[in-house]
Amino acid sequence: MNWMLALPELVLAVSGLVVLSGGVLTKKGHAFLPTAALTIAAFVATIFLVGLSPDGVGYHGLFQVDAFARFIKVLALIGAIVAVALSVGHRDEGHELPFEMPVLVLFSTLGAMVMASSASLMTLFVGLELSSLSIYVLCAIERDRPQAAESGLKYFILGSLASGLLLYGISLVYGFAGTLSYAPIAAEINSVGALPLGLVIGVVFMLVGLAFKLSAVPFHMWTPDVYQGAPTPVTAYMAGAPKFAAFALILRVMSGPFGAMSPRWQILVEVIAAMSMLFGSFAAIPQHNIKRLMAYSSIGHMGYAMMGLAAASPAGTTGTLVYLSTYLVMNAGTFGVIEAMRRRGQEVDEISDLAGLGRTNPGMALILAICMFSMVGVPPLAGFFGKFMVFAAAWQAGLYPLIFLGAVSAVVGAYYYLRVVKVAWFDAPAAPFDRPAASVSFVSIAMGLATVLFLLGLGPISDAARAAAMALVG
Amino acid sequence: MLQLIFYVFATILVASGAMVISARNPVHSVLFLILAFFNAAGLFLLAGAEFLAMILVIVYVGAVAVLFLFVVMMLDIDFTKMREGLQKYAPFGAAVGCILFAELVMAGLHWMFSPVMPLPITGGLGQMGGPVTNTGALGTLIYTHYLLLFQLCGLVLLVAMIGAITLTLRDRPTGRRQIISLQHERKRADTLEMMDLPLGQGTDANGGFLRPHDSYYVTAVPGSYGVPEAVEEEHEELVVREGEER
Repeated sequence: MNWMLALPELVLAVSGLVVLSGGVLTKKGHAFLPTAALTIAAFVATIFLVGLSPDGVGYHGLFQVDAFARFIKVLALIGAIVAVALSVGHRDEGHELPFEMPVLVLFSTLGAMVMASSASLMTLFVGLELSSLSIYVLCAIERDRPQAAESGLKYFILGSLASGLLLYGISLVYGFAGTLSYAPIAAEINSVGALPLGLVIGVVFMLVGLAFKLSAVPFHMWTPDVYQGAPTPVTAYMAGAPKFAAFALILRVMSGPFGAMSPRWQILVEVIAAMSMLFGSFAAIPQHNIKRLMAYSSIGHMGYAMMGLAAASPAGTTGTLVYLSTYLVMNAGTFGVIEAMRRRGQEVDEISDLAGLGRTNPGMALILAICMFSMVGVPPLAGFFGKFMVFAAAWQAGLYPLIFLGAVSAVVGAYYYLRVVKVAWFDAPAAPFDRPAASVSFVSIAMGLATVLFLLGLGPISDAARAAAMALVG
Repeated sequence: MLQLIFYVFATILVASGAMVISARNPVHSVLFLILAFFNAAGLFLLAGAEFLAMILVIVYVGAVAVLFLFVVMMLDIDFTKMREGLQKYAPFGAAVGCILFAELVMAGLHWMFSPVMPLPITGGLGQMGGPVTNTGALGTLIYTHYLLLFQLCGLVLLVAMIGAITLTLRDRPTGRRQIISLQHERKRADTLEMMDLPLGQGTDANGGFLRPHDSYYVTAVPGSYGVPEAVEEEHEELVVREGEER
């Protein structure tokens, strides 16, 4: 057995256990900073190990490593680092988060990495549960706030329902193929002429379960409440790593074992993508809470990223992966700014609280403006390239209605993103925010810079994404 | 002989199942439930499914039934109120039960394995040679074929445990937690005074009664978690204070 194949995961898991033990043994109230620092160190080490890990399938066909898995893992790990860095400065009524928070982020990221490397539906499910279960707890970790409890409970109940649907779909597929590994399922599907109805229903159920984790319309209802109630670093995390991993699953499962039946599911993905884009932009218009706004924004962005999947081509997959990378940087930059929104130690999250930020804190307002313009898709910024690549792939695949709807929702989306910029730069100044923690400033500045300078990294990133897409097609 | 054992287990199972729903005392209901689990485990054993039998006892009797007992005994549930609608809903419940039973019979009569169904994975079993027990086969699969998933499931359980502790363990300033080492150091003479009393006389007449010398609080710290550094000082302070009081 080739243990080296899962070396990054094993190292991360063992680091998680060590960090957890360290946190338990450290004096209460002093444990957060060391655990967070160690967790970030473990993430950084894991990124290097992921870069070095060899290709191959192992553990009796349960686990595979290829360029695609590595790409997603690096994205998820960067998202997790950002979330933990943001949590260092986080205070809830003067209390810092419990030290379990970085540990749970670590285990959730481990689940995401396992999902990215899954070669069997069972690995998929176990990874998904490890990732989700940690997030249920993370949402409610500030348990004394009723909103946090609501957020955790809502996500837990709906997430369990989605897991149930996914599992039901998996069982139907197993009933058809008699195996859970991707390659034999693909072989089985290729060998039959007419697809049995049970298999199609199973695939649809799996798509539903995964779409829930992505918060794609019509399975998005939990998103705004959960995003609003969870602590900001946790929201920043949820908008990153788990989404990338769920996308990895959808891409891998749909183009791998179910690739032969793409005409059957393509229309479904198109509808989900179109509805997510439209709903994400229109429903965001009346929002006045910035975290809810970001929830709707994430729904819309998932729609755009799904457009690449709907194209069902290597170009589409490349587009989706580049889109996810751009989403990672601009989303992290925005959440850095949101985390810095504090007055006298109290978290504020209304858009009107940002009024006049351009005069009270021009640096922060600049980063916010950069991220918002990037989310709109203004050319030299990161968001443009992702949008451009998925639109191009959809154009090649001849999905003209989808492109039209995407363009409409991009224009509508521009309105609410630019409204935030307008409030920050042109409204009468409100009271200034507290001085943000160093780690929060660092994250927002780094991610703002990455958004602006994405063009410089575009070549290597799209090369890596193309290699990943090719690995997926095989 | 085998048939006789089967009928003994089956009869007790059905009877205790009936007692679960008809016993007046909810604690008795749970105890009958445990009896039912044990008999079901016996049936599994007869069928040659020894692993299922063990799991049934360990999981259901060991964990679930004890949890039920806790709920029944700790929570303030008004069971008479819960039973109020019994007469009204009995016909409806019986109808549902009859339909379920009929369906089971129908399914059972036509039960067969599909001839085209491929055999499940038996990886690793081929080399063992000889007859393999269920437990042996499962163990071989879990610890070789599915080792990675087995470990990952362990992590899922760990996360569940971290979650339960993080979300429910609270530091209560009014609570007190025992310092185990101090409690172990206590001797009987430190806490209790034994007196030989003449027949017919109470302790009052002999200058006091049987009770601990010092309070339980001597070996406890305030708060739900003991803070290691604070323990010693806290303890000395408490001892001094109690001494003064005396």
